[in-house]
Amino acid sequence: MAAQSQIYAGAFADPVFQAQSVFRALMDCFARPGTVASLAALASPPSPLGKASGAVALTLCDHDTPVWLSPALAKSAVPQWIAFHTGAPVTETKDDARFAFIERGGAVPSFDQFALGTQEYPDRSTTLVIEVEAFTGGQPLIAKGPGIKDETIIAPTGLPDLFLEFWTANRAIFPRGIDLLLAAGDAVLCLPRTTKLSLDENARDTGGKPPHTFPYPARKEA
Amino acid sequence: MNDLATYNFAYLDEQTKRMIRRAILKAVAIPGYQVPFASREMPMPYGWGTGGVQVTASILGPNDVLKVIDQGADDTTNAVSIRAFFQKVADVAVTTKTKDATIIQTRHRIPEETLKEGQTLVYQVPIPEPLRFLEPRETETRKMHALEEYGLMHVKLYEDIARNGHIATTYAYPVKVEGRYVMDPSPTPKFDNPKMHMSEALQLFGAGREKRIYAVPPYTEVVSLDFEDHPFEIQQFDKPCALCGAENVYLDEVVLDDKGGRMFVCSDTDHCEDRRAHGHAGQMLARPTQESQEAAE
Amino acid sequence: MYVAVKGGEAAIANAHRLLADRRRGDRSLPSITIEQVVEQLGLAVDRVMAEASLYDPALAALAVRQARGDMIEAIFILRAYRTTLPRFGYSEPVDTATMKVERRVSATYKDLPGGQLLGPTFDYTHRLLDPSLIADEAVAEPAAKEPGEHVMRVSDILDGEGLIEGDGRMPEGHVMGDLTREPMEFPMARDLRLQALARGDEGFLLALAYSTQRGYGRTHPFVGEVRIGEVEVELDLPELGFAVSLGLIRVTECQMVNQFKGSAKQPPQFTRGYGLVFGQSERKAMSMSLVDRALRTDEFSEDIVAPAQDQEFVISHADNVQATGFVEHLKLPHYVDFQAELDLVRRMRREYEAARAGGEDGMKEAAE
Repeated sequence: MAAQSQIYAGAFADPVFQAQSVFRALMDCFARPGTVASLAALASPPSPLGKASGAVALTLCDHDTPVWLSPALAKSAVPQWIAFHTGAPVTETKDDARFAFIERGGAVPSFDQFALGTQEYPDRSTTLVIEVEAFTGGQPLIAKGPGIKDETIIAPTGLPDLFLEFWTANRAIFPRGIDLLLAAGDAVLCLPRTTKLSLDENARDTGGKPPHTFPYPARKEA
Repeated sequence: MNDLATYNFAYLDEQTKRMIRRAILKAVAIPGYQVPFASREMPMPYGWGTGGVQVTASILGPNDVLKVIDQGADDTTNAVSIRAFFQKVADVAVTTKTKDATIIQTRHRIPEETLKEGQTLVYQVPIPEPLRFLEPRETETRKMHALEEYGLMHVKLYEDIARNGHIATTYAYPVKVEGRYVMDPSPTPKFDNPKMHMSEALQLFGAGREKRIYAVPPYTEVVSLDFEDHPFEIQQFDKPCALCGAENVYLDEVVLDDKGGRMFVCSDTDHCEDRRAHGHAGQMLARPTQESQEAAE
Repeated sequence: MYVAVKGGEAAIANAHRLLADRRRGDRSLPSITIEQVVEQLGLAVDRVMAEASLYDPALAALAVRQARGDMIEAIFILRAYRTTLPRFGYSEPVDTATMKVERRVSATYKDLPGGQLLGPTFDYTHRLLDPSLIADEAVAEPAAKEPGEHVMRVSDILDGEGLIEGDGRMPEGHVMGDLTREPMEFPMARDLRLQALARGDEGFLLALAYSTQRGYGRTHPFVGEVRIGEVEVELDLPELGFAVSLGLIRVTECQMVNQFKGSAKQPPQFTRGYGLVFGQSERKAMSMSLVDRALRTDEFSEDIVAPAQDQEFVISHADNVQATGFVEHLKLPHYVDFQAELDLVRRMRREYEAARAGGEDGMKEAAE
């Protein structure tokens, strides 16, 4: 049965080291917002979840992390895939979710519907994974904040129309708030709640400009 | 019972690593905020670096090059022990060279050499709560952080000034991160505080016994608390390092004899060795070098 | 330069060789076997299992031997192993009412159904050194060695009359916590507190329990019942639709009955303190039940006036592995921080001397 094989396949072949490599990319990206990193290990989840988002789920989700899925994902074989490979319970309540996944083009609820943490425990908030078309070609946004030297420009294509409003509202309730992980193809771009975004009024089209990538230190071969 | 020895890569099981990794990501997203995590028993005692070891074990991969220091030195016993632990359980490449390391685990010092993008500094933290000695209750300190109510800390520092004429905190000197959270930099001498500010490296802090992880992302504001009329200042040493002649570095006092003989040498052993390898010589080394040159002539 | 010397690695290796030598002791004597430790130092094994929260007598015995008999060190070794074990699931609560009882005593009734069953107890032994142990004389078989019997709970007698509060229940929908898997948070619910106490240091809990008897948070306790015996551990497997038995473990349970005058909401009735530990340890189970009761201040609107009632104080300091690590970490090098303090003290002394010299000059000037 095709659906069955979809559910049981598509996880990491070498979970210990592949999860580590994905996590390091995520850590570096959250530490340097706006940086685009290609993941060295990808997953093959059932459609419509993407390869990078699947790898994020395999790396971070387990029994302790309720996961919210967009309606399209919830209808697909993705809930069973996540349950089988990570053990994470799927929740319909956004506010309960430690992680939330939205496929490319899926409707993005306003961020305040997710867990925002409390003033005492701001870490208890949802990490939202939104798949976008690409990390170039979109409306250029100026990003500032911790992890960014001076400022950097991001221009993802396929963000929801109200994205900047959602984000500004999220930024305003710091230290509470969601953290955002954008995925496109095999790459990710992370926006922790500390990042301030504003429209780049001067930019006409930076679509062709390659995004900032993370310069990994020269690694020693084993 | 022979299968006892089957420990996972980097000791921790994958579920534990995931839990710690999630905590690290939240810590990075909320600079200076202490994220509670379900710290595990480690095969070394609490207070000996279990927090730092858990953080390092959770981020470490086969391509990493690890440096471990204690008091600035690579060869202090606990640094040796932790380095050996990771060689054993993760077969990781190790170095004493600051610039070659991708991960540096430290207790009580920040290396003298400026850290670079791509490096991660992992601090071992005994008491993560900067307000702990002002208010022992977690329930109270948590409220104070939530309300950004740090008056008590300023009162404490000001009492120092009133009593001693200056702030009497010399290590674990509190800092404010990105204008929001007051954070304990771990018991590093305040000499090292300025290195945390706008560092290119990611700084992660692990407190195993107290079950907290916190972080300072690169390019993040880290300001030592002070007063307009009593600005923060770091320790000054009268003499340069006796071995390598370095100035503006943190020095250890070494007792030479029982007649009051002292010398001051770099606390950062790698920095000191590197300088000496590049021909720098301090007072203690200059003379023997001269003598040996004379002898050779 | 005791620390800064090169060769720390060699020094550590040598120290560990010396440790191994001391552990083995006189080579002309036979080495003790794990089986001997399990059989003959069973209560040491029990304590290690209880405070390491891992029920495995052989591994606990190995830890005791490896630690040269240092209990906290043995607990630490076993916990560090436990923490790496994958978690397959959570067992059902053990049903101590169905315990195969080996010992059961009650202080609240002279006699009761099932009777007072003394079992293998130190109670009523005269603590005289026994030279027959040195001679390794033959030990007589016990009078009866049946596997144990089921007896009714003493608390059920009081419960039948409504004189005691119900068995502790967590609120509807409460998910049982596990403080080895989640970070601690205060105020802490009773399930987590009991877990912390069950793993807590026997000596620390004993001292706290003792303090409540001496008036620091008095609870008017009576031992309703102490029972020791084997209970079945069951794991519910949703795939199978029924619980499977994982085996038997020996536990000690204490139900402490405490006076309570009642409040506006509740009529006067007895309250409970509860203790449950792996293996045979009445001292630990009783201490635990006294401290458990003392910590239930919020349920009975009691003022917190004593250390044993202060959950943040008790729970934060009950873990001996944490405590020993942090106390002993003071022997690690701290010279960087000490240097900073040394510098400050010297500076303050200079200022002090200068001020005093200035003061003396001032005095002289005034006198002249």
